Amino acid sequence: MTMTIRALMGACAFGAFAAVAGAETITVATVNNGDMIRMQGMMDAFNAKYPDIQVEWVTLEENVLRQRVTTDISTKGGAFDVMTIGMYETPIWGANGWLVPLNDLSADYDAGDILPAMAGGLSHDGTLYAAPFYGESSMIMYRTDLMEKAGLEMPEAPTWTFIREAAAAMTDRANDINGICLRGKAGWGEGGAFITAMSNSFGARWFDMDWNAQFDTQPWKDTLEFFVGMMSESGPAGYATNGFNENLSLFQQGKCGMWIDATVAASFVTNPNDSTVADKVGFALAPDNGLGKRSNWLWAWALAIPAGTQKEAAAKTFIEWATSKEYIELVAEKEGWANVPPGARTSLYENPNYMEVPFAKMTLDSILSADPNNSTVEPSPYVGVQFAAIPEFAGIASEVSQEFSAVYAGQQTVDEALAKAQAITNDAMEAAGYR
Amino acid sequence: MARATTPRRKSINTALAWAVGLLIFFPILWTILTSFKIEAQAINDPPLFLFFDWTLENYAVVQERSDYMRYLWNSIIIAGGSTLLGLIVAVPAAWSMAFVPSKRTKDILMWMLSTKMLPAVGVLYPIYLLFIKLGLLDSRIGLVIVLMLINLPIIVWMLYTYFREIPGEILEAARMDGATLKEEILYVLTPMAVPGIASTVLLNIILAWNEAFWTLNLTAAKAAPLTAFIASYSSPEGLFYAKLSAASTMAIAPILILGWFSQKQLVRGLTFGAVK
Repeated sequence: MTMTIRALMGACAFGAFAAVAGAETITVATVNNGDMIRMQGMMDAFNAKYPDIQVEWVTLEENVLRQRVTTDISTKGGAFDVMTIGMYETPIWGANGWLVPLNDLSADYDAGDILPAMAGGLSHDGTLYAAPFYGESSMIMYRTDLMEKAGLEMPEAPTWTFIREAAAAMTDRANDINGICLRGKAGWGEGGAFITAMSNSFGARWFDMDWNAQFDTQPWKDTLEFFVGMMSESGPAGYATNGFNENLSLFQQGKCGMWIDATVAASFVTNPNDSTVADKVGFALAPDNGLGKRSNWLWAWALAIPAGTQKEAAAKTFIEWATSKEYIELVAEKEGWANVPPGARTSLYENPNYMEVPFAKMTLDSILSADPNNSTVEPSPYVGVQFAAIPEFAGIASEVSQEFSAVYAGQQTVDEALAKAQAITNDAMEAAGYR
Repeated sequence: MARATTPRRKSINTALAWAVGLLIFFPILWTILTSFKIEAQAINDPPLFLFFDWTLENYAVVQERSDYMRYLWNSIIIAGGSTLLGLIVAVPAAWSMAFVPSKRTKDILMWMLSTKMLPAVGVLYPIYLLFIKLGLLDSRIGLVIVLMLINLPIIVWMLYTYFREIPGEILEAARMDGATLKEEILYVLTPMAVPGIASTVLLNIILAWNEAFWTLNLTAAKAAPLTAFIASYSSPEGLFYAKLSAASTMAIAPILILGWFSQKQLVRGLTFGAVK
């Protein structure tokens, strides 16, 4: 009897081992943010459904990840089977033939449910190259109590003029309250992203239709002068080095009246475990200037398959599961609707349970008001709201944003920075053969 | 003639040395303290030094989320392996430069050092392509070789400096007694140079342990050491400073403890032959 039980147990153990040993292992490179980490905790559900696919994670900080996956995909290294990439890389890499097209996803997946703005930004020539895991735009987060104290009411779609006035009215230097906190940190994805999105609403653009830099135009001068003026009046000291995390920290500690930043921040500032002002936060659309373009951006973290991977089928299965409606329901069931990955699927915003989340509607409105294919008042030759989806942009915009940060730090004037930005951009575009 | 040291001067020097030491150690101390705070207290303004709600929660989260032992094991193999391999190559090289110098010895030494002046990113693509061709991507052996090569100039230079302090007559006597070259290096030179070799080993283990360019760029899931473990807790969107600090503390703890216990040998070796 004992022998039989032992034999059976041994057979079961062997069977389990054989199942794991026979499983195909895919390596997924991803960023370290709340939603991605949450997905790693949901892998039991994936393994139960697909026992023949094992997933290994490589989690890296955003900038490290970007460098790492760029090196790998451009050399066809094959270190990863699934990569987490953004809206900037996807159309460029898709055009280069570096990504597997995702136009054959299963009917159950319902690719038509992906929000059109997201699908548009993650496609090249109408072909989807990455499936959005979550999407974000930017919006105003403001202190309802301070707004009330200032005797003002936040419109749902305010103008920059109102925001400047409200910021000044909410500023209380004696109590260490800054009317407005915005990104000033150098970097194309930090302060560079904010000022580019803001410039859209002032009628500025990076390039004209012949790829000539446009920093010598009045809209750019207006943008920078407005930004610097407002931040001098109502911004925190040292804002030239503040990025997302620094402003999040200030806002959570009750030191900002308003903060315009990624919609994903809404879940942080309304979390009572981390935020001292969790129950006093309101939301509004990013401001405009009456020119038909708002100053919000559009971004998505999406999953893509590098061309040349030997495990394309398994990688596609994983992507379908991770970006499916089923996954959203799984997260909602385990962690609540406020924690599901937002901004990727239309059906999420048709779900009454999700629409009860305080920031759900404003997130959707913000995403819908950003159009990556038509982001500027004057026509522009590039795709992207807070970036231009060309390979040279990241390098150029990093340098330009350093010049802008030097203005915020009081090291040079607006005119000097714009002149340098004009020269940097035109030189780089000429060297790259655009002009 | 030695300069007289008054008690007052001695006290000032001691105080100054402590101040500099604490200044250098402060970022590490702050990281360790932050690792015991909750996220909200980690970003508190004004910063909280000692009076906060001490918690081990961050360590529990890090343990739950990451396979620390796998990263640690990779770090030990990569740092230890590259140092050992470096010694095997560098001891004979330093011996020949110290005891059988040629006209070009100084030039070779300078050339070796000059390779350290090239920014690593400048050779990232060639090395990456080589690794793909040789199947070394995301392998510990690949990293052992690369880290050995980038630290080799330092190992050779350090050993060369120590070997130069050893009188050549002793080796000559061993040779006259019939010692072969291998015996001369292994049984005569090496025992006399133990303090120097020990400090070289320690310094190179520290350098290899902390190396964060090649270890991040040439690994994925299998060979990633503790540098990748830390990088997985850094986020530009989200305040996870307490967890990042816990991960950093866990990553530096082994090398900190090693450095603490071997500081005497390290200082002795590093200052050996510095003053003549």
